[in-house]
Amino acid sequence: MTDMVYGAVPRETGEAVLPKWWRTLDKWTLVCIFLLFGVGLLLGLAASVPLAERNGLDPFYYVQRQAMFGSAAMVVMLAVSMLSPDMVRRVGALGFLISFLALVALPFLGTDFGKGAIRWYSIGFGSVQPSEFLKPGFVVVAAWLLAAAQQVGGPPGKTWSFILCAAIVGMLVAQPDFGQASLILFGWAVMYFIAGAPMLLLVAMAGITVLGGAFAYTQSAHVARRIDGFLATELDPTTQLGFAANAIRSGGLFGVGVGEGQVKWSLPDAHTDFIIAVAAEEYGLVLVLVVIALYMMIVLRSLGRLMRERDPFIRLAGAGLACTFGVQAMINMGVAARLLPAKGMTLPFVSYGGSSLIAGGIAMGMLLAFTRSRAQGQIGDILRGHRR
Amino acid sequence: MTRTPLRPLARILPARERGENPDDIQRENLRQRQADERDRQRVRAEGRLVVLGVFFFCAFVTVGARMGVLAMTEAEEPVASAASARIAMQRADILDRKGRVLATNLETYSLYAHPQQLVNASEAIEELLKIFPDLDREKLTKVLTGKRKFVWIKPRISPEQRQAVHDIGDPGLLFGRREMRLYPNGPIAAHLLGGASFGKQGVNAAEVVGVAGVEKNFDDYLRDPGNADAPLVLSVDLTIQAVLERVLDAGQRLMHAKGAAAVLMDVHTGEVVAAASLPDFDPNDRPQLDPTRPAEDSPLFNRVVQGVYELGSTFKIFTMSQAIDMGLVTPETEVDTRGPIRFGRFAINDSHRYGATMTVDKIITKSSNVGTARVAQMIGGARQKEFLEGLGLLEPTPFEIAEASGVRPLYPQNWSELSTMTISYGHGISTSPLHLATAYATIANGGYAVSPTLLRKTGPQHGPRVISDRAAADARMMLRHVVTDGTARRFGDVPGYAVAGKTGTADKPKPTGGYYEDKVVATFASMFPVNDPKYVLVVSLDEPTETVGLEQRREAGWTAVPVAAEVIVRVAPLLGLRPDVEPGQMAGISLTAN
Repeated sequence: MTDMVYGAVPRETGEAVLPKWWRTLDKWTLVCIFLLFGVGLLLGLAASVPLAERNGLDPFYYVQRQAMFGSAAMVVMLAVSMLSPDMVRRVGALGFLISFLALVALPFLGTDFGKGAIRWYSIGFGSVQPSEFLKPGFVVVAAWLLAAAQQVGGPPGKTWSFILCAAIVGMLVAQPDFGQASLILFGWAVMYFIAGAPMLLLVAMAGITVLGGAFAYTQSAHVARRIDGFLATELDPTTQLGFAANAIRSGGLFGVGVGEGQVKWSLPDAHTDFIIAVAAEEYGLVLVLVVIALYMMIVLRSLGRLMRERDPFIRLAGAGLACTFGVQAMINMGVAARLLPAKGMTLPFVSYGGSSLIAGGIAMGMLLAFTRSRAQGQIGDILRGHRR
Repeated sequence: MTRTPLRPLARILPARERGENPDDIQRENLRQRQADERDRQRVRAEGRLVVLGVFFFCAFVTVGARMGVLAMTEAEEPVASAASARIAMQRADILDRKGRVLATNLETYSLYAHPQQLVNASEAIEELLKIFPDLDREKLTKVLTGKRKFVWIKPRISPEQRQAVHDIGDPGLLFGRREMRLYPNGPIAAHLLGGASFGKQGVNAAEVVGVAGVEKNFDDYLRDPGNADAPLVLSVDLTIQAVLERVLDAGQRLMHAKGAAAVLMDVHTGEVVAAASLPDFDPNDRPQLDPTRPAEDSPLFNRVVQGVYELGSTFKIFTMSQAIDMGLVTPETEVDTRGPIRFGRFAINDSHRYGATMTVDKIITKSSNVGTARVAQMIGGARQKEFLEGLGLLEPTPFEIAEASGVRPLYPQNWSELSTMTISYGHGISTSPLHLATAYATIANGGYAVSPTLLRKTGPQHGPRVISDRAAADARMMLRHVVTDGTARRFGDVPGYAVAGKTGTADKPKPTGGYYEDKVVATFASMFPVNDPKYVLVVSLDEPTETVGLEQRREAGWTAVPVAAEVIVRVAPLLGLRPDVEPGQMAGISLTAN
């Protein structure tokens, strides 16, 4: 009666934001990501010292930068993970638009830092690689389009997303940045696969990938040299692959000891593309297996949680993010282990690099937002008399 | 595909009758269908997510396993990889017929630099220039201070040089193990051995590849690691080879020849016991081919095999032995030797005139072109060609050095009657000294064809019979007369080793056509001892001039013959041939036992 007379006491209708976030969050994945970031800092202590010395900087200059960018990335990740899926979609679409325009303008405004490929914008305190930020944005937009296509009477999202994908891949190849291009393509292919790609088309896609690889091999001396280096049964010890393989060998099970590694002095990319070789040399197979287990955990847990998801957009976007993340780690380590041809690809969260860290933070934040447990309408099933 | 209508009339019509809004039914229907579609999609997506999960699981496990395998294998220190180890280091040795080493391997080092690791580049450059004065200062400065990470400085250095570089103490200067081909006898048998150089180069090893001679011909065998303990044994006798080269060198100087070639062959096996070509070179430091000069003036040119010349009158014995074999003539048959024989604008003539007719034996002894040409006319071109083919004079020899297979004798495509006559006395056909020695071996061994070989053989290696034993014996008798009474009589005979042979002096052809007046190739093809020949020796001098007498002499009898005789004097005892001492000279010695 009191309520009826004096009106209801103002009460929050839902749960408080933070408790709800913490309750629904995939905490295991979060822990894995933090651990990876920690491993990255640890390896940065070893791997980036030669680079700093070469550039005449304080020995731990790059470690400090990595910690700074990493902290920023973690904050961004946590913030994004608190968003609702709809909000993520909005932010993602906006981010996609900005980074897409940035990518388009890259040939006119970007720099190549003397590395032969125009991939970066040089801004005051560092450089930004738009393709890193484009990846999560693209995954979200493509997932949106694909999910919309599943609606009865929805737009032809498969075609639109494919055109988008092809345009981005074309621009990346022109840079040239075959690594990011293949990741974008892979991300789209995974989502299309989950969205119900016909089997025949999948086979055709595999064929096109092989042909595209062959084309890249014949047209680009850069690519051809790397593939030749991989296919050659003899491994020249003075190549990056030779150094990496030897570093893994000399590391053995428990490594040669912290700071005792040699490979970081010989490999120019020891702090980025070949950081796993530094890990293997100084800390041994044990740390490598831990890193692999962390990546595997993140990917498999996310995929497992997404299996319960009923919203097609969330399912597609989450799977796209998780698989792009996983495949990037897999390719990076596969190259160091000589399973794959040499391809410059960073190890997410572990390799040094501001853009890749922040972008990785955004992507993982989105993934965490998508994999949060939420009501899936099972009650409706029961009421409708469905089995599930 | 049957389409279910969005507006199910079965439900809408009764609803209309009841006055309900049919749009609700349509919306309900649409919602239901979307829910069903979603369920279907979800089930499929679940399956595909499982596939992806399995894929990632397998991929990560594979990467981990591969890392484990790599980590468990031994690291190769410092940075050697399997690649360099696989460059075969053990090239098989080459031995002479008595097991003496002709080519072996020596461990040495190459010098390279990691310019980025040089502590003090300018000091290192100064020190290096002191140790290796032949290095170019500017070039060295450029590469050692540049951006390169790896620079070769010297492909081979001596142990003393290595120590000196080591004493510079700069960590950027490094040594790579090298196996170097060593020819301990220097230039002896240089043309036969050829030489070797580095092929594929790794940091710590380099492949040794044969570039010429027997090294190239047997490159696959020598490189096969399985043959590291199975040296290649040649037919060459190092001692005799050395003697042959010394005598030939002295002869070349004495006769002012610009080149010389000699080959000593076992008549029954075809083994080349020694073969020399001058000028020669040191295979340890093989010179570069000078492209501005003609190939045949290069020390690399192997005259024994590659020197294809008209060898002149030495061919006459082939004509005569064929004629005897065919029963057309005997050594005593008189042949019309009136000259010149005119054949269109061409005339065949002799330098001396010995009468209207001569016996076949005399024609050989005095070397009459006219007489030989008349006998060739009796034989006919087709049969002459067939006979020379049987002697191996029209094909490249199967001799086992790389250069031999490409050397084809030169003879006219159209074997006319004129060709028949000129070829009968060795003009219009060009062969190498090795071809000539092989053909003479047939006459010496009783009529069997042999193949010249550089590998040690055991026992006679007779091919098919080319001429009868009888004809071969007659030919040898006539060749013996050349030495006792004929063109080689002044210097040809060697006491104790009855030498038989035939001289040949051929004018050298001008590159522009025609022949030089004062440039000849003087050849003496000989065999010894004549009653049972064991060896054939061919000595050929390129542009010799003998200036001891009042007039310059170029004839083989004055130039090639004395050199060949000196060779036989020296090598016959080394070959283990017993001198056949004349009884008259033994009169003073009393035999105590028979």
